[in-house]
Amino acid sequence: MIVDINFVGLIIASIMASAVPLILASCGELITERSGVLNLGVEGMMIIGAISGFALMTVTGSLIIAVFGAMLAGVLISTIFAFLTQTLITNHVATGLALTIFGIGISAMIGKNFVGIPGKEFPVLFEGLKDTIPLLSPILFGHSIVFYFAFALPFITSYFLKKTKIGLIVRAVGDSPESASNQGINVRFVRYACILYGGAMCGLAGAYLSMIYTPQWIENMTGGRGWIALALVVFSTWNPIKILIGAMIFGGLTIIQFHMQAIGVRIPVQFLTALPYIVTIIVLVVISRDSRKIRLSTPSSLGKSFHKDN
Amino acid sequence: MHKFLIRSFVSSLVLLFTLTVAAVAKEVKAAFVYIGPTGDHGWTYQHDVGRKAVEAAGFKTTYVEGVPESADAERVLRQLANSGHDIIFTTSFGYMNPTNKVAKEFPNVKFEHATGYKREHPNVATYAARFYEGRTILGTIAGTMTKSNVIGYVASFPIPEVIRGINSFTLAAQKVNPNIKTKIVWAFTWYDPGKEAEAAKALIDQGADVIAQHTDSTAIVQMAEKAGVYAFGQASDMDKFAPKAVLTSVENNWGPYYVDRVKAVANGTWNQKDTWHGIGDGMVVISGLDSQMPSDLQAKVKKLQADLASGKVHSFTGPIYDQKGNLMVAEGKTADDGMLAGMMTYVKGVEGDIPK
Repeated sequence: MIVDINFVGLIIASIMASAVPLILASCGELITERSGVLNLGVEGMMIIGAISGFALMTVTGSLIIAVFGAMLAGVLISTIFAFLTQTLITNHVATGLALTIFGIGISAMIGKNFVGIPGKEFPVLFEGLKDTIPLLSPILFGHSIVFYFAFALPFITSYFLKKTKIGLIVRAVGDSPESASNQGINVRFVRYACILYGGAMCGLAGAYLSMIYTPQWIENMTGGRGWIALALVVFSTWNPIKILIGAMIFGGLTIIQFHMQAIGVRIPVQFLTALPYIVTIIVLVVISRDSRKIRLSTPSSLGKSFHKDN
Repeated sequence: MHKFLIRSFVSSLVLLFTLTVAAVAKEVKAAFVYIGPTGDHGWTYQHDVGRKAVEAAGFKTTYVEGVPESADAERVLRQLANSGHDIIFTTSFGYMNPTNKVAKEFPNVKFEHATGYKREHPNVATYAARFYEGRTILGTIAGTMTKSNVIGYVASFPIPEVIRGINSFTLAAQKVNPNIKTKIVWAFTWYDPGKEAEAAKALIDQGADVIAQHTDSTAIVQMAEKAGVYAFGQASDMDKFAPKAVLTSVENNWGPYYVDRVKAVANGTWNQKDTWHGIGDGMVVISGLDSQMPSDLQAKVKKLQADLASGKVHSFTGPIYDQKGNLMVAEGKTADDGMLAGMMTYVKGVEGDIPK
């Protein structure tokens, strides 16, 4: 088969578009986890972002209000989680799971009135340049602003954690809340902030799905992407750049298997469908063989409650 | 697991509610059991439109959504039967055994099971729609409208219902355009907008300029709209989601049947039967045709629709060969319902293998 170079570009562009919600949610959750908090409510926060974005877009007609509103909704729902785990010192795992169940339920309730309404067109940037460079044009041009933001985010996150003072504080809180507290850092405040930031990014990831990727509202439309985003954080060993790679692999395998089916490659379809998950497991196994590295990169106090007595 | 928990929780809440308000009145009450949320804008949504028609006809109705096809279904059915419902519609294939099991315990309650074939007790009836007739029309349109001669088809699961649709579509498309190629992609989901959109995008990138779907969400027609190719709506009229892309939709119209059957219970004329209605009986409805279709094609489609309705034309008229060239239906014959119900082989001209 002759492979057209632009065809390859189109495939890569599709893969990148499908990776956007995973990158956004994973980078948000990564900051939360780096501060020592394990929030399993990613799926719930994403679906709340999805319905909030879609509902606001329909009601107000403004895409800007809708995008920021979805992020705010993510912040609000994550505030519940922050209050429970940081102020009332509840268990992170149980609270996070509850958040997901709550999010799915409440989004379905709000969403009842928004089923069957078509979404609005979201503007794309640099559309005029779409046919200028072979291979690269479909990859670089003609995407939404959220798309470009998502691909910048891992680098921004990496810089933030490694090079800034606030990033250092976040890491300190995650690795040793006691020492950080003794240094005069308000651990609870830092963790609150990181949880709310994670909520905002998950809200944006949800809004991308309901407003840009498949502009519509239907129940459970996040389809488990929140859980994949959570897995990606572990997969990346808490390194934002590796999130980018992981999200591309995962999104890529899903799309490539559809292409293989359409071309007519004679491999059992069930195997192709399972491929993204199989590869994820293999990569996880390969990574976890180096247990020392895992121990070093895992935030030491991840998932443990911190309670300052005075 | 979490989905299951929520569903069970929501179903129990709804049940509790229905039990509390279970009226003492003697009028006929109908209950509906749904596999998905009424907000799916697809399969369950259309059943709920049917339920509303029953309500509009003056009967009381109840529904329980998101009921898993497991022991949970039995529990829900038993409680609905216990709480004074006279007729219960179970709207997914997987409810077949629970429906028959519970029907045995409640001989005075009528049960109607969608898309199944087991009627083990006199109070169980089955019903389904001949969606393949609609796909004959879609195939005719697709074969005429394609310029690249590549037609994409996003399929859900390899079951007779879906295979029958692919065959009926391809036979019709080949009849008007022998050069077409149908590329099939199995998404292995009924309902996942992201995945469905990705499957459609893959087909479009590979040159398909008409996309057909046998999954439930509107993501595929929206993707077609974005890419500037044609598509068809599934289950409901999806034109407003993609005004340029959608040429027509095949709608599931359960309302008239539901009203009919509930009325039959009220009149005491309800009987056990197996219903398989198509375009002729109005259970399968073809939405308005898009103005982009040339007028001679529109006229042709209208005629085909009338002929399918009257029975003058059958979607599976011989000679039909399978992929290996074996004769499936002889010249001048039509496939009988038994063959259609169990259809698990592709006809000649469909590419690839059925996933096993």
